[in-house]
Amino acid sequence: MRTKPVSDEKSQRKRFLSGNGFVPFILRRLLTSVLLVFGVTFISFSITQLVPGDPVAANLGQSAYSDPKIVAAFKVQFGLDKPVPVQYVKYVSKLLHGDLGISLSSKRPVLDDLKEYFPATLEIALVAVFLALVVGLLLGIISAVTRDRLPDQIIRVFSLTGVSMPAFWTALTAFYLFFFVLGWAPGTGRLAPGADPPPTVTGLYTVDSLIAGDFSTFKQAVAYLLLPAIVLAIYAIGVLTRFTRASMLEILGNDYVRAARAKGLPEITVIRRHVLRPALLSIITVAGVAFSSLLAGSVLVENVFSWPGLGQYAYRAAVGLDLPGIMGVSMVVATVYITMNLIVDILYRVIDPQMRDAS
Amino acid sequence: MDLLTVKNLTVTLATGRGDAAAVRDLSFTVGHGEFLGIAGESGSGKTMTALSLLGLLPHKGRATGSINFDGREILTSSKREYRDLRGKEIAMIFQDPMTSLHPMLTVEVQLTEHLRHHRKVSKDAARQSALELLSTVKIPDPEAALRAHPSQFSGGMRQRIAIAMALACEPKLLIADEPTTALDVTVQAGILKLLHQLRKERNLSVMVITHDLGVLSSLTDRIMIMYAGSEVETGLTSDLLQRPRHPYTKGLIAALPGHTNDAKSSQTKRLLSIEGMPPELGNFPSGCAFHTRCNYAIAACKSELPESIQISDSHRIFCPVDPFSAKASIEGAK
Ligand SMILES: Nc1ncnc2c1ncn2[C@@H]1O[C@H](COP(=O)(O)OP(=O)(O)OP(=O)(O)O)[C@@H](O)[C@H]1O
Ligand SMILES: [Mg+2]
Repeated sequence: MRTKPVSDEKSQRKRFLSGNGFVPFILRRLLTSVLLVFGVTFISFSITQLVPGDPVAANLGQSAYSDPKIVAAFKVQFGLDKPVPVQYVKYVSKLLHGDLGISLSSKRPVLDDLKEYFPATLEIALVAVFLALVVGLLLGIISAVTRDRLPDQIIRVFSLTGVSMPAFWTALTAFYLFFFVLGWAPGTGRLAPGADPPPTVTGLYTVDSLIAGDFSTFKQAVAYLLLPAIVLAIYAIGVLTRFTRASMLEILGNDYVRAARAKGLPEITVIRRHVLRPALLSIITVAGVAFSSLLAGSVLVENVFSWPGLGQYAYRAAVGLDLPGIMGVSMVVATVYITMNLIVDILYRVIDPQMRDAS
Repeated sequence: MDLLTVKNLTVTLATGRGDAAAVRDLSFTVGHGEFLGIAGESGSGKTMTALSLLGLLPHKGRATGSINFDGREILTSSKREYRDLRGKEIAMIFQDPMTSLHPMLTVEVQLTEHLRHHRKVSKDAARQSALELLSTVKIPDPEAALRAHPSQFSGGMRQRIAIAMALACEPKLLIADEPTTALDVTVQAGILKLLHQLRKERNLSVMVITHDLGVLSSLTDRIMIMYAGSEVETGLTSDLLQRPRHPYTKGLIAALPGHTNDAKSSQTKRLLSIEGMPPELGNFPSGCAFHTRCNYAIAACKSELPESIQISDSHRIFCPVDPFSAKASIEGAK
């Protein structure tokens, strides 16, 4: 049997960042994450400079743009008069103090904009992630254990449809069907027109209304939330169902599953204990990617449902060549991706104890 | 009444080119406390025979015939009845201990889960029996082993753990499917010794599957030789090894160095004296499937299924030619 080497205190300290323990692992990952976010600022900054288009023209009206004095003042106000490298250094040094600059289009601090728009997206994304996980895993498992029988065949048709339908088409069809035809969906936006949003704590209306003890607002928030969240989840459900089925079938073919069955364990125990755990290892990787792609889908879904979220904000910032706005959105998206990856890696270690022992 | 009586077992599997019988009209018995060896080249259907006893055939596999175990017909069992049988009455050890233990579960979980399920014992009691089992199969430091994962053990140690797993519920029949094939020669000897010891200490009926006859010589009471899913010869171990009657058995034995169980050389020289390759599933030759490789084949071998010929109470062959009968009777007369 292999035993772990006993390390003295000195090497213990040296291994603080390089060791295999959980804390060094997290520290290491946080460090690289910060570096990554800075990398993202650099890349998105460069890209916005490369794209042809004049932010001044995009943000000033026709008559204001024809007045050189106004144009010059606008450039000075937003630092556009400086050379690009200087602009970047200034941006980063402000960023280190938590200042994301002023949005060219809304004329408000980008941080305030993000605080307002991001929770709306987070709210439908969280519900979509939850739906995708529950429904996707469940359908995938059912599909795998009923392999080639009727439930499997039905689920396969639906999951294939789910991954092949473009998000804007699903969004438009769902909205038309459930709002105009059936009248089940209440409409667009986060709450009924004129309704007061709950006092802001998290920015998630459902959570905030519960905190305020306002159940009628909670019910309304849920009603408005459901359809866009489901539409957003459809693609991820399709991906997860198909992938869960595939990795379950792969694990089901292993010797150790046959050995578990040879022990006479109930099938549910075999699936839960012997099949699902190893299958989850690959499923969570795909889930991480699928959830990150929800953000891309949210741009379309938010526009169809007039959902005042990051997707709409990103769209407006991009069209308006609003550099600080675009940078702010990029950083949020990068942070979400990196966090997703971190969660996936942490889950890996939780699910597979071997990862902690092995290299 | 024997513990296990298999009659006319036929196993059909789905292959790329339609269904094909991997086991064909097989009949054999395992008595109480008896060790039966099943030998034959790769693809002869040994594993499928074993899996059909447990109702664990691969996806789309079907078994027909009759399997009587401990006085009842089990081939027609419901899923539930099979589950009550597996692990508890019939246990199985698989060929490759590197893949047949779960990589993510501790040894304790794998040793006790079926014990707790079948016998409804407490966690502590199950743990206690797990410790005893680990000492029985000679795992050093059982306490530490319980907390470990399979990856922390060598192949031989893993096979010992797999044997402990199989013994946990004190099954009446143990199926060992090539228990030593995946192991180093030196480690093989240790596992064989362990099986010998179990044979002495427990009233266990065992089916040992192998393609290495050398493994069986001192371990089994009787041996059945299979070729292309069918029985070709069955007899007491000593009869079969010293006075083989079927050309195929003869070839297998000729490939052994002398009649020893020297595993190393038997592995390298295995089957050298039989030309050609065993047929693939779905491509079994007509008549006696062995006729394509048999030096003694006559026209009838190609067209007619060989009938069983009883040589003694315990010895039978499926071969109309029996080219050794004269020689065998001379030897018998001496
Ligand atoms: N899942 C499966 N589907 C279809 N055919 C299979 C499957 N598993 C095995 N077979 C085929 O069934 C035949 C019998 O296989 P079996 O595993 O019983 O042979 P074996 O005697 O145990 O050989 P080995 O010594 O290689 O273990 C082989 O031709 C094999 O290719
Ligand atoms: Mg086999």
